[in-house]
Amino acid sequence: MADLRSNLAGIKSPNPFWLASAPPTNSGYQIMKAFDAGWGGAVWKTLGVPVVNVSSRYGAVNYRDTRMMGFNNIELITDRPLADNLREIEEVKKRFPDHAVIASLMVETREQWHQIVKDAENAGADGLELNFGCPHGMCERGMGSAVGQEPKVLKTIVSWVKEVATKPVIVKLTPNITDITRPAMAAQEGGGDAISLINTIQSIVGVDINQFVPYPIVDGKSTNGGYCGPAVKPIAMNMLKNCAQHPNFNLPISGIGGIENWKDAVEFILLGATTVQVCTAVMHYGFGIIRELNAGLSAYMDEKGFKTIDDFRGKALPNIKHWEDLNLKYKVVANINQDKCIGCQLCYTACEDGAHQAISLSDDALNRKPTIIDENCVGCNLCSLVCPVEECITMERRDDGKETLTWKDRALANNIPVDFDDELAGGRHHWVPEPGEALTKKLPLHYKSN
Amino acid sequence: MSEFFPPSSESEFENNFKQIKPLMSDNEAHYESSRCLFCYDAPCITACPSDIDIPLFIRQINSKDPISSAKTIYDSNYFGYACGKVCPTEVLCEGACVYNHQDVKPIEIGRLQSYATGKAIKSDKLLYNLPPSNGKKVAIIGAGPAGISCACELRMLGYEVNIYESKAKPSGLTVYGVAPYKITNGEALDEMEYLGKQFKYKILYNRPITTQDDIEKLERQYDAILIGFGLGTTSKLNLPGEDFENCFGAVEFVEKLRMSHHKVEVPKNVIVLGGGNTAMDAASESSRMGAEKVILAYRRSKSEMGAYDFEYDLAKGVGVKGMFNVAPLEIIGNGKVAGVKFIRTRETNGKLENIAGSEFIEECDWVIKATGQSKQTKILNLMNGVTTDGKGKIEINPTNFQTKNPKYFAAGDAVSGGQEVVNAAAEGRKAARGIHHFILGE
Repeated sequence: MADLRSNLAGIKSPNPFWLASAPPTNSGYQIMKAFDAGWGGAVWKTLGVPVVNVSSRYGAVNYRDTRMMGFNNIELITDRPLADNLREIEEVKKRFPDHAVIASLMVETREQWHQIVKDAENAGADGLELNFGCPHGMCERGMGSAVGQEPKVLKTIVSWVKEVATKPVIVKLTPNITDITRPAMAAQEGGGDAISLINTIQSIVGVDINQFVPYPIVDGKSTNGGYCGPAVKPIAMNMLKNCAQHPNFNLPISGIGGIENWKDAVEFILLGATTVQVCTAVMHYGFGIIRELNAGLSAYMDEKGFKTIDDFRGKALPNIKHWEDLNLKYKVVANINQDKCIGCQLCYTACEDGAHQAISLSDDALNRKPTIIDENCVGCNLCSLVCPVEECITMERRDDGKETLTWKDRALANNIPVDFDDELAGGRHHWVPEPGEALTKKLPLHYKSN
Repeated sequence: MSEFFPPSSESEFENNFKQIKPLMSDNEAHYESSRCLFCYDAPCITACPSDIDIPLFIRQINSKDPISSAKTIYDSNYFGYACGKVCPTEVLCEGACVYNHQDVKPIEIGRLQSYATGKAIKSDKLLYNLPPSNGKKVAIIGAGPAGISCACELRMLGYEVNIYESKAKPSGLTVYGVAPYKITNGEALDEMEYLGKQFKYKILYNRPITTQDDIEKLERQYDAILIGFGLGTTSKLNLPGEDFENCFGAVEFVEKLRMSHHKVEVPKNVIVLGGGNTAMDAASESSRMGAEKVILAYRRSKSEMGAYDFEYDLAKGVGVKGMFNVAPLEIIGNGKVAGVKFIRTRETNGKLENIAGSEFIEECDWVIKATGQSKQTKILNLMNGVTTDGKGKIEINPTNFQTKNPKYFAAGDAVSGGQEVVNAAAEGRKAARGIHHFILGE
């Protein structure tokens, strides 16, 4: 059986699944319920000077019949008195001594930071997470992402915290920045023990097209919120990779951003995360999703022979290269499995209109199954991505795998296009239809000419 | 043993004739429309006799724009709502859905279509602006799917249109002939009202065209005439006892049922003669009206029935019993039906023959003949130059629906011999364009 226990800079938990600092960790009640359900840790809803929240706080991006594939909020940090939160932290730790309880903190002055760090530690928190990520409301008051976007300020505040902290300090970063590694390095330089990323992305989640107001609507007005949910996962993973690959950065990372199932978690771990934090999926489906997360991760590790999380942490990192290091000799061509094809012709129209005109249709109207025009196929994958049938379109390797030639190699050998009409242009010998053919080609029935 | 009690009120009738394609809720329509793949050159469009751009209207439902969706549908088919409910979608659009090749349930195109058009009808939003009059007049005989569709299209081309209808309600078989579990009278007539409001053609009800005088007047007053009166009454079988009380045609039975609902009294034992879709309807309906024993008697084998498989399944599902390879010899009774004398049949060398000595009598209270309708030859004979083929179907030029008399055009069942609402609707529309080109002299 795989050992799911994790250890992030000394913060131990029975599994790597933590609740992110957010509405699901607003109270001791919720966190006890989550631990009872099987969660390994929880980052408490950010403590500080309690706020006043608006009514109408969340908005969602629905995609077809999928609700909340993206989610945003304009809620602020905790609106509960500090004493209540501290008392509940103590209670939770008493009942669940082996689970990780991390206090998320956000205050302004050095004195306040010192005070709240001591308070959280006295209450029994296993670690501290500095909220330098909140992109709405708090940043207008000089906190949250306003700090995360200024590496110097961030570094200073981390060092204030480290003046008094005895427990590990996690610095939570905002993605609303061009180069995530700069605040990450500042966190390290300030003495932080770990980072967590990403916080939410500044967003407008949608606009009411009748009232002309974005969501969520507060008395006819709105404001930008923080975006999260499955839609942000690719952005989060790229930032995770950037930090994990940085040669001078060596703090452990808690990954956050759109994690919903065990596979998402495995991907984050393969990109260097030690623990993962989940919020939106819990806000959507409740704490019960932990059953799938734990079971799936455990089964995956057994299947792969990984005994601990460390066995595969960062395992995908060596395979992420700069573009210039990719092999230009690698060649794949799409193949349509005629037995599996259902004849929707989505691959045809995608390739014809959106890619390289490398799929043809039969002249026989009764045969709806398209075929690949091998010589036109650049191996872009698009057809295989739009195909609604599992494993119907596969990309097949055509080079013999013996040769490697990267852009870097070619640049060193002066074998790259440099003029606008260079003979070496990659697309020079690709077949492209004449523009006029667009108008003469027989159009399908539903393309009405009017 | 019937699972249906004879309905004694409208609500009991509605309960016995629950819609087999009930209207979708907003939620159901959203989820269902989400599944559509938006196929390229979609096979559902090819399968639709009226060429509706199905992937487009489904996408419009999914983007929460049912009115634009309805416009897409009506742009191709003026009976959009009715067709969504009464079309044999299993063998048309839904039968062509690529999901069938993946063992995934095809998109419920019919129900989505009725959802969108139903929204438009309910909203009362007008989708079309009529052009100014071009001063030309067209008469249409029959306010069924062919006639109404032709009228809508002609109105969009600037014609004045008068429709002569022998009955009291529009939509033809949609209200008079389709099984009540496919569409309600209210639904059929609501769509007609919606069309009437937008296209402003004139329907003259209870005005059958029957005499030489009628026809001469039409020819004098109008620039062109469309024949859209469908088929006539149920044909005679020429069996002894056929004129007994309680032996009648399926079309007549369905019409009575559609008009009088629970007030129709169906007896315990019913025999339906025939193997087509109308036979299935009549049998199903008898059963749903509380008949205890309904026999569907067909002279050939089950596999040779003209009815769609799903129609037979529907009948079987409500307790109808199929009896195959039996030919009726005589209706037994004494002024009133008491039974049918059958003889068993078999096929030898592709020819159907009676098996000597195999006669038997099946008792019943009603005999419903679903053995085909007559052609309206009498009135057609009065129309100079309008010709019919050997089977009594009007001969037309298939590209413009013009008959051998250039002033007459024809569409719908009177030409095809009996098809679906969707076919007649599509033809009526195309005939309108034929008329337009004829009058403009193109």
